[in-house]
Amino acid sequence: MKVTLKIWRQPDAASKGAMHTYELDGVSEDMSFLEMLDVLNEELNGKGEDPVAFDSDCREGICGMCGLMINGEAHGPEVTTTCQLHMRSFKDGDEIVIEPWRADAFPVVKDLVVDRGAFDRIIQAGGYISVNTGSAPEAHSVPVPREDAVRAFNVATCIGCGACVAACPNGSASLFMGAKITHLGELPQGQPERDSRVVDMVAQHDAEGFGGCTNIGECTAACPKEIPLDVISRLNWDLHQAMRHGH
Amino acid sequence: MPDTTLTSDPSHDEPGDHGDDAAGYYTPGEPIADTKAPGGPIDERWQTRKFEARLVNPSNRRKLDVIIVGTGLAGGAAAATLGEAGYNVKSFCYQDSPRRAHSIAAQGGINAAKNYKEDGDSVHRLFYDTVKGGDYRSRESNVYRLAEVSTNIIDQCVAQGVPFAREYGGLLDNRSFGGVQVSRTFYARGQTGQQLLIGAYQAMERQVAAGTVEQFTRHEMLEVIVVDGKARGIIARDLVTGEIETHLADVVVLASGGYGNVFFLSTNAMGSNVTAAWRAHRKGAYMANPCYTQIHPTCIPVTGTHQSKLTLMSESLRNDGRIWVPKSKADCEKDPRDIPEEDRDYYLERIYPSFGNLVPRDIASRAAKNVCDEGRGVGPAVEGVRRGVYLDFASAIERLGRDGIEEKYDNLFDMYARITGENPYETPMRIYPAVHYVMGGLWVDYDLQSSIKGLFVTGEANFSDHGANRLGASALMQGLADGYFVLPHTIRDYLADGPFEKVAEDHPAVVEARKSVQDRVDHFLTTKGTRSVDSYHRELGNIMWEYCGMERSEDGLKKAIDLIRTLKDDFWRNVKVLGTAESLNQSLERAGRVADFIELGELMCIDALNRRESCGGHFRAESQTEDGEALRHDDQFAYVAAWEFAGDGEPPVLHKEDLVYTAIEMKQRSYK
Ligand SMILES: Cc1cc2nc3c(=O)[nH]c(=O)nc-3n(C[C@H](O)[C@H](O)[C@H](O)COP(=O)(O)OP(=O)(O)OC[C@H]3O[C@@H](n4cnc5c(N)ncnc54)[C@H](O)[C@@H]3O)c2cc1C
Ligand code: SF4
Ligand code: FES
Repeated sequence: MKVTLKIWRQPDAASKGAMHTYELDGVSEDMSFLEMLDVLNEELNGKGEDPVAFDSDCREGICGMCGLMINGEAHGPEVTTTCQLHMRSFKDGDEIVIEPWRADAFPVVKDLVVDRGAFDRIIQAGGYISVNTGSAPEAHSVPVPREDAVRAFNVATCIGCGACVAACPNGSASLFMGAKITHLGELPQGQPERDSRVVDMVAQHDAEGFGGCTNIGECTAACPKEIPLDVISRLNWDLHQAMRHGH
Repeated sequence: MPDTTLTSDPSHDEPGDHGDDAAGYYTPGEPIADTKAPGGPIDERWQTRKFEARLVNPSNRRKLDVIIVGTGLAGGAAAATLGEAGYNVKSFCYQDSPRRAHSIAAQGGINAAKNYKEDGDSVHRLFYDTVKGGDYRSRESNVYRLAEVSTNIIDQCVAQGVPFAREYGGLLDNRSFGGVQVSRTFYARGQTGQQLLIGAYQAMERQVAAGTVEQFTRHEMLEVIVVDGKARGIIARDLVTGEIETHLADVVVLASGGYGNVFFLSTNAMGSNVTAAWRAHRKGAYMANPCYTQIHPTCIPVTGTHQSKLTLMSESLRNDGRIWVPKSKADCEKDPRDIPEEDRDYYLERIYPSFGNLVPRDIASRAAKNVCDEGRGVGPAVEGVRRGVYLDFASAIERLGRDGIEEKYDNLFDMYARITGENPYETPMRIYPAVHYVMGGLWVDYDLQSSIKGLFVTGEANFSDHGANRLGASALMQGLADGYFVLPHTIRDYLADGPFEKVAEDHPAVVEARKSVQDRVDHFLTTKGTRSVDSYHRELGNIMWEYCGMERSEDGLKKAIDLIRTLKDDFWRNVKVLGTAESLNQSLERAGRVADFIELGELMCIDALNRRESCGGHFRAESQTEDGEALRHDDQFAYVAAWEFAGDGEPPVLHKEDLVYTAIEMKQRSYK
């Protein structure tokens, strides 16, 4: 099939960007969205035009590296990652608008590539359990009820892609943060640092320039791992408790 | 730029190398040995080594600089642990966050000798299975240590909050995995790698906050700095600004993963590369057993020529799925549901009745290739051949119910449906083997130190633990064992000699390393040829898959070497890389990686040519039993082939390390 691509091109963070239009023929339904862009890039390279920069690595929907706004939707029309979106979701003759993640806290690096370093800094603020290597107790010494382990697992599936932020009109990272707080907060091992974790992560989130959550729910709708909105309630609850405990 | 002229004449037989297929392609070198592993009873060796390794006073540790390239399980775990110990760590990765390292993609699980199921497992049995599974081509001391520390890994990960699967009573669950008869695999649904990596990543980010680890993301290491025979730093390129940076240190660790992407199509992440290891190889680090490639039996088959990667589906699927093809070619185009039982060939169950669908990966892969080569493959034909076999869950669904299957494999089924557009609950999945993992890598001693002093290598980037074949769920175990529990002890013995004399930024070794990086960048951007980097990579991949893939022969390998030499020559003259050096330039990044893959590809073929035996993932057509099984030659080949770089265009030097087994008896494999 043939598609018309409108792609955001921006040489670097300091330059101004603009939309460019490309026609691409011979696209097959079995191609992933990123393979379609690979094909475009081979064509551009052949014509002597700078290929479009975009991020990807695993191409299996698990590393969280890829991420594009496709026709205004984070990761495009399906609930999945960009690398797992296939061209069978589009029709011959479609016009497809491709932009980088939009959020103040994710500055554009080049074309469709953004800087998500803020996510790492939120984790640095407290998204871990403090246990030095070699000092862990025997794994069976602390049983974890199956239900709790399953709940922890379900939210631990967050891949840190940033779609939730890109989809949110406020550019809030509450879903990402709530997922981590819920994952660790669900487990007995995570209890000792539960209060300080939420307080420190929220402070970092705000310092990075992410917006506040007003419960719009676009984040969870865009999340390829279907992280539920209630992790944000959990985040708020934990924050409230931490304040009551004097943090 | 590398000189690609052929300096050796392959038809010429060196004296003393009679019958050596690779004679003329290499120069014989001195034998080598691993001098760091203590002798004595195998179960005491690691304790002894740990005790003998010298200590570093806590106040001296922060004066010692450690560079770690890679943030996968091996590198992330090492950065966290060395940071906790108080060393001054710099950590590098090419992705935008350490959390995205390729380890994240591992689905199936991680082994540990916990014997929670009381089914006869033990450290010794895990050791035994791993050495046997590797076809007696791994080092017994290393493997024993791996089995020994495996239990600590689970404790560590659980304490970090890794949400492993649990039983109703709250205790950890296990399953059996890939050719093993005990249940020793711990898992977190189909995302074990992700959950383990996030644990290591979080531990590492904690140290970033504590100031002991400094992280450099979107940085690619392009050269090692070697001063007076010791690794003293790296040259890295900031992939965003293009700046070429010098980072000096007292010790360098490479945890840069495997090189399966030499085949272009593989299950590896797109950016996985050999550059860090290859640059070190060119500086004196030996490359061991490069031809050992693992081909994974349960991947989604290729659909067309635009494909950029192949997707693996966890082989835990083989626990419940039954593999078959039609008995008759005439049925291959039929809807599989219309083919009655008696017309199906459950070929693994037929040929290997005691292991059935759970035979090791190399056997399962080759068996699939054989039935497809016979013309009994299923699914769409690509370039005239159907390359797929059925993985059928119908009887498992009958036995466990659809809910039971969903519970176990839901995300894998979803993934399959998403990629292929077919519903695997209704029609059998189609699978085919794909390149997945490499057992070869930089040569290391028991301390994980390479043949360059002060250059340590961990995880998939080294060669030592898996032999000619890797069993399922043991790469994750090795990555974490190396990073959390082994390297931190052995590296301190090395660092006890430090701090070492400072190296000046204008030291000739630094200047040389920087210049070589700069020259390559300049070369690529000024060549202004006509062919894209990817087109070379695809061509290399085709050569490798065709001649150095699931089955190798003398003629094929010689042909491949010629083809690769021609390709290399063309690449250096005719590659086309646009853009500038001073900004994010993904074609430029790939050009450097492909250049290294081409050189590695040639060495892999030479290594495969030298090894005229079949073992594990290396199947030489000339060495098989009457019924087509792999035939090993322990009398001639029970060695590690450690290759030394001798200069551009010069034949590499082969050093052999004899593999000595004291705690285990070498046996021919039989899975019948
Ligand atoms: C799809 C899939 C499924 C798997 N499933 C399993 C399983 O179930 N069980 C199991 O045990 N194993 C499994 N494996 C194998 C296992 O995942 C890997 O062998 C293992 O994770 C490798 O870990 P590592 O730390 O050595 O390297 P990696 O995780 O590959 O990390 C490499 C790191 O090095 C960095 N790097 C590389 N080159 C450079 C450079 N030049 N400069 C800077 N940084 C660089 C990268 O950025 C990355 O951080 C699977 C593999 C795949 C592909
Ligand atoms: S919460 Fe969902 S959308 Fe947000 S980073 Fe995690 S996986 Fe991506
Ligand atoms: S490339 Fe890894 S999630 Fe898409």
